[in-house]
Formats: sequence, C-alpha cells, structure tokens
Amino acid sequence: MPNNLVHGVTLPESESKHTLAESEKNWRRYFTFNTDHKVIGVQYLVTAFTFFLIGGLLAMIVRAELITPASDLVDRPFYNSLFTIHGTVMIFLWIIPSIAGLSNYVVPLAIGAKDMAFPKLNAIGFWLVPVGGIVLISSFFLPGGAAQAGWWNYPPLSLQNPSGNIINGELFWILSIVILGISSIMTAVNFVTTIVWLRAPGMTYFRLPILVWATLTAQLMQLIYLPALTGVALMLLADLTLGANFFRPTAQGDPVLYQHLFWFYSHPTVYVWVLPIFGIFSEIIPAFTRNPLFGYRSVALATISFVPITGFVWAHHMFASGTPEWLRILFMFSTELVAIPTGIKVFAWTATIWKSKLHLETPMLFAMGGVMMFLFAGITGVMLGAMPFDLHVNNTYFIVGHFHYIVYNTITMALFGGIYYWFPKISGRMYLEGLGKLHFWLTFIGANLCFFPMFPLGLQGMVRRISSYDPQYVDWNILASLGSFLLGVSILPFIANIAFSWLQGKKATKNPWLATGLEWTTSSPPPKENFEEIPVVDFPPYDYGRDKYSHPHLANR
Amino acid sequence: MENSTPDIQRIKDESPFNLPKLRKYFPAWLRNFLPIGGGHHHREEEKTLFGFLAFLISESFIFAVFIISYIALRATAETWIPPGVKGPEMSAQTLLSSIILLSSSIVIYFAERALKKRKIARFRLLWLMTVLMGAFFLYAEVKEWLGNDFSPSTGLLGSTYYLLTGFHGLHVAVGIILLTAMLIRSFIPRIYQKGHYGVTAISLFWHFVDVLWIVLFSLIYLWRG
Ligand code: HEM
Ligand SMILES: [Cu+2]
Repeated sequence: MPNNLVHGVTLPESESKHTLAESEKNWRRYFTFNTDHKVIGVQYLVTAFTFFLIGGLLAMIVRAELITPASDLVDRPFYNSLFTIHGTVMIFLWIIPSIAGLSNYVVPLAIGAKDMAFPKLNAIGFWLVPVGGIVLISSFFLPGGAAQAGWWNYPPLSLQNPSGNIINGELFWILSIVILGISSIMTAVNFVTTIVWLRAPGMTYFRLPILVWATLTAQLMQLIYLPALTGVALMLLADLTLGANFFRPTAQGDPVLYQHLFWFYSHPTVYVWVLPIFGIFSEIIPAFTRNPLFGYRSVALATISFVPITGFVWAHHMFASGTPEWLRILFMFSTELVAIPTGIKVFAWTATIWKSKLHLETPMLFAMGGVMMFLFAGITGVMLGAMPFDLHVNNTYFIVGHFHYIVYNTITMALFGGIYYWFPKISGRMYLEGLGKLHFWLTFIGANLCFFPMFPLGLQGMVRRISSYDPQYVDWNILASLGSFLLGVSILPFIANIAFSWLQGKKATKNPWLATGLEWTTSSPPPKENFEEIPVVDFPPYDYGRDKYSHPHLANR
Repeated sequence: MENSTPDIQRIKDESPFNLPKLRKYFPAWLRNFLPIGGGHHHREEEKTLFGFLAFLISESFIFAVFIISYIALRATAETWIPPGVKGPEMSAQTLLSSIILLSSSIVIYFAERALKKRKIARFRLLWLMTVLMGAFFLYAEVKEWLGNDFSPSTGLLGSTYYLLTGFHGLHVAVGIILLTAMLIRSFIPRIYQKGHYGVTAISLFWHFVDVLWIVLFSLIYLWRG
C-alpha cells in the first residue's frame, strides 16, 4: 500500500525533518508574539477555553441563585452583572475566538497554503482578544461593579450608570466590545484574503471543503455586519461619556434605533458562529461514514447564500419593540426563509449518514449529537420566527432555551468534536477514546438536563433575567440547575484528556482518520510552512466513495 | 503565469468559475482583485491591495451606520436645531476647505501618475501638496468646532454633527499620517522600484475619505428644513 501517494500528491517518504521532539521543546512559543498560524490557532483555542471556564463559572452562580425561588444567594445588581458578563464572555470570548482559532489552524492547511495572508496582522488580532477579555472581566472590580444591562446592552437601561462614576462597568463593557470588534475585523480581512489568494494550484472554489466555504462566508459577514456593532457601540460611548443624545428618549434620542443597529449585526453574528460549526459537521460526518458529503455543491451554495439573506431578518428580535406592523410581517417571512438553506444542510448530513458504516469515535459522537440538537434548536427558531407565537414567549425562558440549544448543544458540542478531530494533527498525539466518550455523554446529558426545562418554563411564562420567581416554577428550575452543575463536571474529563494526551498520548500518524482533506497529507504536527512541497489538487472534496478503486490507502476503515 | 504546468492549466479550464465566457465579462482590474480558479501564489502586491480593499469596505459600513442614523434621527425629529442655537453654517471657510480637500484627490492622482512614470521628484512634490491640503482641511475643521455655539450634548444636532465630522476628521488625520509615512519611505533608495502598492492603497484611502466628505457635506450643510 503506497502510503506516500495521496491523491497524486507525492510526499517525501520520511516524516518531516521538523520532528515532534523539536517542536515540543518550543512550547514557549505559545506565550510569545508568534506569527505562525498554527501557533496562533492554539493560542486562540486555549485563550478562548480559559474564558469559557470563566463564563461557565458565572453561569453556575446564576443557576445556583435560581435553584430557589427567592433571591437569596447574591444581591440583585450583582446577579444582573453575572448574566450580562456571562453572555458577553460566552459570545465574544468563547464562541468567536474559538472558531477563529480552529479556522486559523485548519483553513491554511486545508487550502494548501503556507500561512495566512497577513501573519503579523493575524498575531495582532489574536493579542487583542486577551486585552478585550481582561478589560471586560476586570470591570467586576470597579466601584459599582460590571455592566448590568444584559448582552444586548439596550439603552436607556445601559445609560443609567448606577454608580455615578465616570469610570464604570458600562464603559468597560463598551471598550471591550470595540477592542474585540477591531480584532475580529482584522481577522476577517485576513481570512477573506487568504481564501481568495492563497489556495494551492488546482484548489478551485468547488474543491474547497465546506469548512473553508463556511469560513469565507462567516468572515465576509463579519466584514459587512460587524461595523454596525462597532458603530453603535461608539455612539453609546458618546452618550455615556460625552452626554450625547443618540439613544436618550428624554432628549429626542431613539432607543429603538439602537435595537435596529444592534440586531443588524447580532442576528448575522449567529451565522458567523454557526456556519463554521456546520463546516465542522461537514468535515467530520463524511470522514466517519466513509461517504462523500451528499449534495456538496448545494451545501456550498447554501452556505454562501447566508451573506445576503442574513441581512434581512434582524427585526425578528424586535417583534415586541413597537415595530410597525408591515415591517413585522415582512421580517416574519424573511426569517422563515432562512429555514430553506439550513434545511438543505441538515438534509445533506442525514443523507450522508444514511445506510453508511458508522464509526462512532468521539468526534463523530459530538457531531451527531450536535446535529440532533440543532434540529431541536432550529425548530424552536422557526416557531419563534412566527410572530404571533413570538409575542407570546418573547423575553421568557423559551428564548433562553432556544439559543442555548444553539450555543451549547450545537456550537459548543461541535467545537469539542472539532477539537478532538484535529487534536492528532495539532499535537501529533492521539487523545484517549474512553475519556472522550465519557466527556460526550456527560455533556449530552448535562446540556439537555440544563436547557430542556427552559422550554416549559418559558411557555408557562417565566421571564428571563430575574433572580427571584414564582414558586410554581421551582421544579423545572432545580432540574436546570442540576444540569448546569453536571455540565461543570463534564469539562473535567476533557481537561484531563487534553493535558494527559498532549504530554503522554500515543503518537499520531499523518492521517489517523483516513480523511481526505489536504491537512491530512502533511505530518502531524505539520512542519513550519505546512507542506514540504505545495500540493497540487486534482480531486474533488470528500472523495470517500471511491475508496476501493482509486484510493486503496483509504479503504481499510 | 507562475509555476503553471499543463496539468494545472487543464484543472483551471475545467473549473466552473473559469469558463472562458465568464472570464470575458470580467474586466481586467476585477480579475486582478478576484483571482478565479486556484493557484495564485507570489502576487504579493495584489494580495495586500485586496486585503486593504476589504478593510475599506468594512470601514465604509461604519460610516453607513452613522449616516443612516443621522438621516433616521433627523427625518423623525420634531425640532432639529434647538431654540437659541445657530447650528452649523456653511461659511466661506467651510466651502473653501471643502473645495481644497476635494481638489487634493486630483493632486494625489497626478502624484501617483508621476510615480508610475518614475518622476520621483514630481511625485514627492505633489504628494507633499496633498498632505498640506489635508492638513489645511483639518485646521479649518477644528477652527469651525471651536467657533460653534453647540456641543455634543446639544440635542441630536450636536451629537450627530460631532460624530460625523469627528469620525471623518479622524480619517483625514490618519490619512495624513499614512501619506507622510509614504513620503518618508520614498527617500529609501530603490524602495518604489518593485512596485508601489502602498502608494496605491493610500491614494485609494484618500479618495475614499474625499468622497465621503461630499456625502457628509451635503447632509450637514445643504439639508435644510
Ligand atoms: C431556523 C433558524 C432560526 C430561527 C428562525 C430563529 C429565530 C429566532 C427568533 C425569532 C428569536 C427572537 C426571539 C425573541 O427574542 O423574542 C431568536 C433568538 C435568538 N436566536 Fe434564533 N433562530 C434560528 C436559529 C438560530 C441560530 C442558528 C442561532 C445561533 C447560532 C440563534 C441564536 C439566537 C440567539 C442568541 C437568540 C437570542 C438573543 C437574545 O434574546 O438574547 N438562532 N431566534
Ligand atoms: Cu436572529
């Protein structure tokens, strides 16, 4: 079996000169201003995961407060800060940077590039993340505490400044958002340029893995929509510090304008998160079913179609904000339209799995769990898109349930799946399968236990963002809180697994999953400039079906 | 074509984005920015210019947000200019500094042309003129701010006026810094021999800032009622 012939790309017989031992000695580079996309990818992932732990801790305090109907654990302003910073951390310091990290690591490899288009910009973009994060977290220690107005930060609530100081939590919240926004725009410029310009010879657009399509789409969306958030944050900053009146109803300002601008970005941002996640599903599922991705071109086009579509649905977050009737109906239709490209994808994954030989290793468990949970999240999303229903459950726990099925049960699960999947490539070592499976089951059970009760709670009318509630809601709340603690526990096998495997794990081969992406044609971990020789691509993506005939080296799985 | 083998050529021709028909409708400059098909290494300058353009697109969306907010707030406001306030007036000086800023776009165009023709002395002169014209605009703007009888907290008028002119002024200032840096660079021997995408990028930025001023000027000084 000629293992050095991968899709006609001749690779040197021996593994790379840059051996494992050598790179292991260089662990210090992770703490420096390094411009290698692989180092930056790991830096992003570790930083984001650290913030995930912080955000998770805040969430568990929130859930501990909610285990009883009375407000008895923390005082109310602190409770407000807890859920505000929890949401902000999870979105801007966990989801966005961890996706940036995974894409940073994988995309240049997957398109056959030596690095990102602008390596220095890449490093600057990364280092702004811990800066923004520290600004945000440190606001807890300011007199008056951290921001309290929720992650939307709607004025006029966000302009109240209860502490009366010029330096206040709200100010730090805005600064942090602006810093992280600048970082994301740098990253977006970099990814778009990389994907357009640095593809290997023969790597045409319709040979790109879906993860790369998704990254292109998501980063184009960052370029176009993120400025709205940065702009609105600057306007809010002017209101807060210079006494400007953009959003002050008492001086003819318009708080609803804030909502429009905020959601003009913050709806598209949900696709900035979830499209790369769909990309991860689209890499893992074919590799573990040994089937080509069903309807590859439709999936690619469905992905890119989100760039325009997603700009026309934002007002579904404002059905209850005094939005004019014609606008609400318009946005109801455009919102439900989103179900079409989304449905295409779910259909494609299902068809890929259909009648296949399943390999249920940890990445696949997380991917299948994630797709299943996404079905649930998507269906509740379509329900919410129906305005008459939304008016009913707006601002209740139903919303909280819907988006946590997205952000935890789909996105976070898929991120774990992706980390396990590329871990051998990144570290050059295998993780421990048993601990990985334990991690999956704890997460799957914990997440459903934590977030499912929120649907009945919302339907019964329990509103969100309160620290005390009517005792009739207590049973479901206890379940949710227990689920959240289980989620806390579920992280432990993950940490143990990664830490142990990185140091002591079994050495990984170049292509442990016998997958077809270009990243699997180079050594694990890859050498400094990724490939000994720039690959030439003359095969379609997800070339799994024809294993036996043209790819004998992929057949034995 | 860089490291092209017949094999790669075949791949390129087969790609759906490479149909000769489609290519025909792509103007040459667009093809430079949007390499279709795979395999485009070693075109450092165009890659960087592409990245810069992507950044400018992003930047223009921030302006769009501010401009749309201005229009939305102004169109629905009951009283725009609070009683007792004069509001922004189009003085002779505003007009003059605006004309100077816009003319600087023409000057920078000729500077770029001079560089292409390798007339480095003329390039430096015209480039310096652009810097001075930008600086004059900024000076006039700050003077106007100091003469105003309203502040950022004066109704929506003050908030939007200072946001728009301030953010634009910031871009003029950044432009001046970049222009100056490129001017200094021109004294490094042989620096502009291999290409001058930096000059192209900054002149692009300068045109961007100037075009924006036409929009802002119309909105702030010409919109009556
Ligand atoms: C078929 C797809 C989807 C539809 C139709 C949909 C619809 C909606 C609607 C109408 C709301 C507003 C509910 C309200 O506040 O009254 C909402 C909230 C939300 N959705 Fe979705 N959604 C979909 C998928 C997603 C996805 C893929 C994500 C994330 C990646 C997501 C994340 C969120 C978040 C974070 C919120 C809550 C924001 C907040 O109130 O803080 N949704 N969704
Ligand atoms: Cu939305």
